[in-house]
Amino acid sequence: MRDLFWIFVSSMLVNNFTLVLFLGLCPFLGVSAKIATAVRMGMADIFVMVITSVTVSALNAWVLPHAPYLKIIAFIVVIASLVQIVEMVIRKVSPTLFRELGIYLPLITTNCAILGLALLQTSKGYGFTEGLVYAVGSGLGLTLALVLMASIRETVELSSVPSIARNMGLVLIIAGSLSLAFMGFAGLFSS
Amino acid sequence: MKETTAQEDLLRGIWRENPVLVQLLGLCPTLAVTGSVDNAVVMGIATFFVLLGSSVLVSTFKSIIPKEVRISAYILIIATFVTIADMVTHALVPDIWKALGPFVPLIVVNCIILGRQEAFASKNTVWRSTLDAVGMGSGFMVAMLIMGSVREIIGNGSWFGIPLFGGHYQPWIIMILPPGGFFTLGFVLLAMGWKKGREAEAVRPRRWPHGVTTEVGGPV
Repeated sequence: MRDLFWIFVSSMLVNNFTLVLFLGLCPFLGVSAKIATAVRMGMADIFVMVITSVTVSALNAWVLPHAPYLKIIAFIVVIASLVQIVEMVIRKVSPTLFRELGIYLPLITTNCAILGLALLQTSKGYGFTEGLVYAVGSGLGLTLALVLMASIRETVELSSVPSIARNMGLVLIIAGSLSLAFMGFAGLFSS
Repeated sequence: MKETTAQEDLLRGIWRENPVLVQLLGLCPTLAVTGSVDNAVVMGIATFFVLLGSSVLVSTFKSIIPKEVRISAYILIIATFVTIADMVTHALVPDIWKALGPFVPLIVVNCIILGRQEAFASKNTVWRSTLDAVGMGSGFMVAMLIMGSVREIIGNGSWFGIPLFGGHYQPWIIMILPPGGFFTLGFVLLAMGWKKGREAEAVRPRRWPHGVTTEVGGPV
């Protein structure tokens, strides 16, 4: 139980996917202009991550021991097709949910955060339960980073910014400051 | 799409349409593995290889691959080359492979590679796609080299592991830690924005103060 708690805290704060491990930067920079979109993107991320984690546990348990050289191909193909299937099911079962998350699902599939989760979960040797906790923690961490970034950008939008900083430069420097703040969580594990 | 010459295909990726610094694609590896120049260069070579291999293969088979499943087909081709790159890196430079962590397998989802297949290799001849891949791959390498050099020189006082400043230099550790990646790329982009602004300024005709009758652009 204690281990699971630490996996959760570590994946959410100490090793935050976006700000410390640099995974999933495209949505972080692309979809972080408004808080509402950022929240939806984060929810969709958590959702896909949980599916991925379950899939990866299954692949690791039954398929990959027999064919380790297929790791990368198996992960990307299986995850992409599974997300596609889930998307179709959601569209049929709950149109409301589909409208909320739908357009983000295909975008997320080929996002490095998802494949990164699969690879890291494998290299850390997490089983089913640990993997699930890891996925939820990482997803929440991503959402946290997205929402923080979106809140700051909404404020920056209203202030006067020098013209050279109107491109991504300023956003990256803000991200750097956020990342600096998240480095403070590294001390959680020192004891 | 606008007609381009072979020379343009090769050269535009290196600087003018640099995939990282101008198009802002493939940022994850650019920020994550540029803490030292060694890692950055190995990552650059691996990505170059994957991009070249997949571009050649995709443009060769472009008439056979059905349109409906083309993205999946591209990803399969890319994943195959990434597997090769991963194994070769593991065998040749095991230390750096370990330091790169998940980022060699993650070349699969690097948007530069899938982007070039979709935008260029699937529509052009093998020769042109090869040139395009070499150009874009070199552009990625240039960006990795710039980022890696800045971060290692400032953050560690060395370049390719060779100490530069002697014993008195106090390295800025933060530059090789994650925030340094964001800051370096941020300042590189600011510098490029500033340069672009200067160029636009130079092109715009000067406005003379009231009462001065010199013709614009004429001899003063």
